[in-house]
Amino acid sequence: MKQNVSREEFLKGIWRDNPVFAQVLGMCPMLAVTNSAINAVAMGMATFFVLVGSSFLVSTFRHVIPKQVRISCFIIIIATFVTIADYTLLALVPGVHKELGAFIPLIVANCLILGRQEAFASRYPTKLAVMDAMGMASGFLLALFSLGAVREILGDGALFGFKLFGENFEPWVIMILPPGGFLTLGVILLFFNWFKTKKDEFLEDVAAAQRSEG
Amino acid sequence: MKKRDPDLLLFHAPLLRQGMTTPSAMRDVVWALMPATAASMWFFGISAVLVLSSCIAGAVLAEWLFATKETRGESLRDSSGIVTGLLLGLTLPPGLPLWMGFLGGFVGIALGKVIWGGLGHNLFNPALLGRAFLQATFPIAMTTWVPATGEAGFFAVYPGNLALPFMQVSVDAMSSATPLGLMKFEQVVTPLSDLAFGKINGSLGETSGVALLLGGVYLWLRRDLDWRIPVSILATVILFSACLGLFDAERFPTPWFSVFSGGLLLGAIYMATDPVTSPVTPRGAWIFGIGVGVLVMLIRVFGGLPEGVMYAILLMNSATPLIDRYTQPRVFGRGAESP
Amino acid sequence: MNATANTANPSSLRLVLTLAIAGLLSGIAIIGIYETTLPTITANKARELREAVLKVLPGVTQMQALVYRDGELVVVASPDKDEPVIYGGHDDQGAFVGYAVPAAGPGFQDTIALLYGYRPGDRQVVGMEILESRETPGLGDKIYKDADFVAEFSALLVDPEIVAVKKGTKTGDNQVDAITGATISAKAVVRIINEAHTEWSTRYPAPGSEPDLMDTEVESSEAQP
Repeated sequence: MKQNVSREEFLKGIWRDNPVFAQVLGMCPMLAVTNSAINAVAMGMATFFVLVGSSFLVSTFRHVIPKQVRISCFIIIIATFVTIADYTLLALVPGVHKELGAFIPLIVANCLILGRQEAFASRYPTKLAVMDAMGMASGFLLALFSLGAVREILGDGALFGFKLFGENFEPWVIMILPPGGFLTLGVILLFFNWFKTKKDEFLEDVAAAQRSEG
Repeated sequence: MKKRDPDLLLFHAPLLRQGMTTPSAMRDVVWALMPATAASMWFFGISAVLVLSSCIAGAVLAEWLFATKETRGESLRDSSGIVTGLLLGLTLPPGLPLWMGFLGGFVGIALGKVIWGGLGHNLFNPALLGRAFLQATFPIAMTTWVPATGEAGFFAVYPGNLALPFMQVSVDAMSSATPLGLMKFEQVVTPLSDLAFGKINGSLGETSGVALLLGGVYLWLRRDLDWRIPVSILATVILFSACLGLFDAERFPTPWFSVFSGGLLLGAIYMATDPVTSPVTPRGAWIFGIGVGVLVMLIRVFGGLPEGVMYAILLMNSATPLIDRYTQPRVFGRGAESP
Repeated sequence: MNATANTANPSSLRLVLTLAIAGLLSGIAIIGIYETTLPTITANKARELREAVLKVLPGVTQMQALVYRDGELVVVASPDKDEPVIYGGHDDQGAFVGYAVPAAGPGFQDTIALLYGYRPGDRQVVGMEILESRETPGLGDKIYKDADFVAEFSALLVDPEIVAVKKGTKTGDNQVDAITGATISAKAVVRIINEAHTEWSTRYPAPGSEPDLMDTEVESSEAQP
């Protein structure tokens, strides 16, 4: 039973409550750094690290932190992890860090992270909190990657810098530029909602069929 | 459907009906575009036919794909997809790969019309939206202007047209500048007679000013067109360039050059007048037209681009609801101060 | 809020202490990561700079930072922040080759930052490398992706000034073939170099009396593999 609960907490972030497609959170990095798959994945990994680390600490110390100063404490914890991620990326992959620029420090302002601390990590035991954070962060990573992949494939004819269509590919310049982010995100959200509606309709049909049989 | 008994027909107001419906208005636009289409075929041969049909195919496919079962027949019958595709095609360079034209038509209808709720609900002109998308997506292909086929004959196809989907033009296309580009970057002025009759480089439909005017007159006679919009756009452009000419006749274009060069006539007559995306009130139409004219000249003379008709119209499209709101006529019988 | 009201209200001291401890721990963590990564980061930056300088000044193997102080160019180990720095390039034997000058200015989209190599002996620009730009992909980015355009800057007279001309109409040694479709970006590069050259040309000492190569090659020594 316990196993199921934590698995459920993990899975909900990836699909049903996906931070981007269902909750529409964290739009700023979502639109800004997804012009290539590698940037998107680097951003997703940094967010993953920050979110899981913060959730772990917040949940562990949830009885120690007084309610009155909890937001300040959350921010201190998140900011520490963001700074660690910032310096690590700068040292290990300076090229990627240059591309992501100000958006690494801005992870601290990603409402997804503070939102998870306030809504989940500060109320549930550590194990569940970490599972939830991992699910949410994976969902965010997945969303970033799908946007980054679409934009890189259309905008550059490549994925992770690997040319898919040969030399003569005509790049869709708009996809690497900011409007491409809005367009792609809009189309993906459209598809996600369409899929959800279809699924609900299908479930309703099934339920109706069962009722009429019974 | 069962034939109804004419004696028992019930009507509600309005009881006076006009023959003008959406399908008939759209058909008029298609007819009005015929001279320009014919001119484009004359100058660019079979390539013109190919580019125009690919745009129309993309537009109609989007129209069909995104319609529900109930609206599918209706949205195809009113031929607005064909108008959008044709208008878009006329703004494209003749050597454009066909798959780009197809994509432009598709995006124009999908993002320019369907997503807003279909015909009558869109904020921007779908054809121009498709063109803006293409311009931002393929800036090189969209600014590669090929000269008219001339001696090569009607059936000579530009190599650029036949690029495979997602591939670029493999052959080094012989590119040349449009009159506006020549003016802006190289200070070369094209003679007016060439502009009026089309012996210039440019998009399919913009080369022959006379053919465009001919269609405009037809639309005006058929009452499909609010004459205030093209008149105010052209008047503004003429006035604006005349004023600039007073400062420095060498540097700035003459009024007639401004009117006949680029896509101004095409835009002013067929795109700015789109009844969905332009103001409905007469006063609003004047404001709209003047706004387009001023923006066109600002972009052409002071902006980084040689041509600005597309962005000028799209910008004014976005201001249309506001213009309509502030130019509502006074309600009959009420005081001047009430809205 | 009722639920929290039941628990005892913590004293202000406890609130302050919690925040102080959290801040302290966070500070320690940040200092730790800063100290750990600093050497790698500095080395990365120095290597990047060194590679750029070697690229724009062919034949150079050693370099030193120069600043303009009290009317002359002096060699410095670590320049002050916000002080304009150029780099003197020297060959294997330590003989002076040329200056590498960083410059920046507005491009079509955003600021273009570049580094160019200048040989005062021939009054020529001998290399150009774009360090940062956000020009339009496919058009404006040819200022660094188009090898032909970059090669225009490999032997370019700076007198009377560099001029960008329409592609294929180059006639003089001070002219650059612009890029078709990206005239503005190409002209921006030329303008940035011209402006930087006007600024620095009065500061260079007479050819032959450039600052000698110092032993302390601080900026780049850490980057040696």
